[in-house]
Amino acid sequence: MDFTEHDSLAEFRKAAHEWADEHVRPEWVELEHATGTHHNPQLHALLGQQGLLGAGWPAEYGGSDVDPGYALAVFQEIGARGLRMDGWVTTEMVARTILHVATEEAKQEIIPPALRGEVVIVLGYTEPSAGSDVAAARMRAVRDGDEWVVNGSKMFTSTAHMATHVFLLTRTNTEVAKHKGLTLLLARLDAPGVEVQPVHTLGGQRTNATFYSDVRVPDRMRIGDVDGGWGVMRVALVHERGTATAPGGPTLVEQVAAWARDAPGPDGAPLLEDPTVAERLARLAIDDEVSRLLGLKVRWIASTGGMPGIEGSMQKLWSSEAEQRRVAVLTDLLGEQAVLAGDAGPLHGAVEWALRKAPVSTIYGGTSEVQREIVAERRLGLPRSRPIG
Amino acid sequence: MDLSLTEDQRSLKEVFAELFAKEATPERVRAAEAGGHDEALWRVLVGSGAPTMGVPEELGGGGASTADLVVVVTEAGRRVAPVPLVEVLAAADALSRTDAGGELLAGVGEGRVLPVLALRPLRSGSAGPVPGAAVADVVVALDGEELVALSRPAGQAAPLLPNLGSAALAEVTTAGWSGRRVLATGAEARRVYEDALSLWRVLTAAALDGVRQEALRLGVEYVKERHAFGVPIAWFQTVQHRLADEATAGDGVELLVHEAAWARDSGSPRAAALARMALLFAGETAFSTSAASLHFHGGYGYTLEYDVQLYFRRAKAWQLALGAPRHELRALAADLFPPAGPPVLEEAVV
Repeated sequence: MDFTEHDSLAEFRKAAHEWADEHVRPEWVELEHATGTHHNPQLHALLGQQGLLGAGWPAEYGGSDVDPGYALAVFQEIGARGLRMDGWVTTEMVARTILHVATEEAKQEIIPPALRGEVVIVLGYTEPSAGSDVAAARMRAVRDGDEWVVNGSKMFTSTAHMATHVFLLTRTNTEVAKHKGLTLLLARLDAPGVEVQPVHTLGGQRTNATFYSDVRVPDRMRIGDVDGGWGVMRVALVHERGTATAPGGPTLVEQVAAWARDAPGPDGAPLLEDPTVAERLARLAIDDEVSRLLGLKVRWIASTGGMPGIEGSMQKLWSSEAEQRRVAVLTDLLGEQAVLAGDAGPLHGAVEWALRKAPVSTIYGGTSEVQREIVAERRLGLPRSRPIG
Repeated sequence: MDLSLTEDQRSLKEVFAELFAKEATPERVRAAEAGGHDEALWRVLVGSGAPTMGVPEELGGGGASTADLVVVVTEAGRRVAPVPLVEVLAAADALSRTDAGGELLAGVGEGRVLPVLALRPLRSGSAGPVPGAAVADVVVALDGEELVALSRPAGQAAPLLPNLGSAALAEVTTAGWSGRRVLATGAEARRVYEDALSLWRVLTAAALDGVRQEALRLGVEYVKERHAFGVPIAWFQTVQHRLADEATAGDGVELLVHEAAWARDSGSPRAAALARMALLFAGETAFSTSAASLHFHGGYGYTLEYDVQLYFRRAKAWQLALGAPRHELRALAADLFPPAGPPVLEEAVV
């Protein structure tokens, strides 16, 4: 085996760095922290204008001639500077799905402005009473001539307060099994009857609950077949990109170890000289290495043309559970220092913030229970344990 | 990046999987428990060239890489083969790196000499319990500033210490092991010893990977067969999820062991730290997997009749042969988080 990882974007790193130096404003990071919104409209518009969002897309739908490798390097550089691009992540996912399954009319209406940065699409799958069991969605869509009339609500529609469209999973047939009566519609968020309410989270992110009351969606904005929504969802999930980040940068464990080298413990000696502290940090470093290796395996399988479904579940399960073990250990090691937030705390409150953020990791993107089920059934060949609905 | 075995490694795996399946059956493993050693199996391994396969070809060995050795040793671990293969490979590595070790090395290849590695330096004349020492002719040990090959008076085997893993464990003391040949001195002695010990870590981690793979397989097979409350117990989520966690950590073990081997073969500065990580994580996971597997066997898992107990005991015993994991963790911390600036502390300690 060969564990050497070549940076496939190495040739673009310098230019991406320069792009970020020129365009990314430090106050945007503060703004993101203050608002909890992981989308910056100014940055998004700029990326659209410069053709970075359209890199690699077909020219007939507004694709640009910017090198996709360069665009990805710029996105990673933006991420490395502490800014997230959730608005683009969801827009791209839906635009790819539209490219594969929608009518020509819908493609022309949505994809070019999305690549220009003018259309921002958010996901409307989860409902107040349907999370992991996403096919249990109850939002109703009833046909009325050339339109659909939508009623219901969606939960965790992040970025909806900044977006133009929402990709709604709706129930169009109540007479069939739950997976067979679903249809996807692309609704305008400025349509009459849409209401967006903020939901604030433990980790500081602002998300939304969105409510739909007799909202009208033209049939041309139906994405995929009527009652064929489950198949469309499968296409959409294939286009769910991994969260690739620029290489380098110390891990939280390494940052804490560096801090503990000088920070005094209760007896006045540096914390890192306390054997318990050193041992527990070393154990966390093993978890980090295993997370990295499981991610490497996913990328390697994908790079050889395989589908790393089980391995992706393993990586997600391991790294999210490891994150929660990590914050529990780090907070205990730091004691009274661990509860100090922001600049009051060590490492600008990184450990306090990590504890707040950690719970969501085993929930979003498929809970740990869902991942374990996938591993149990598909790797170990154990029987399906949940009821078939 | 390439996370697959080479074609040669795949055939190596197949050959040794077959060898151990035939020569280290559960019956043979049980028969060897009292003495910790199956001499007939050892003779087969000598015939295959396994004990010196990691030695460079110009010294009469097989010239295999650490990654190749990992493939072979994983298969030995899968069958909990009752032979000190890892200890011999590590000792042969030390012998091959010293001029004075050449003669002993020739004996290893011919099957006349069975050398093992003392897993800690001699202190007050003792290296403590050493795996394989009860059947060894030679123990390679670090004695102060000297790397030495210790041997016993002819015909006097070291007394076996009864132990959890049914290994050929014996205490290595300079009193009992009175024959003493110096292999290297000073910095060279320490470097050769540390290198061999690091190889022992990687290979023991590989053997533990074999242990945890088979322990997982035994558990998965059992829960599919065993019925309770009218359904196979594999149907219950508490069973499924615990096994899924073990399988996930298991993929991590496999990757970490191979990464440690790769780091050693490619001369990476992270090699020593990765060897420690591999051993710590393989030991932890092998034990949690075999404990889960044993638990899901219910009362039968607690009986000696079922094979899972063979794995459960060795999963713990093989790692602890080196010492308490916390000492390894502390050494790992020193590797990973070295002090910034000049190493003033180290001098002060000396």
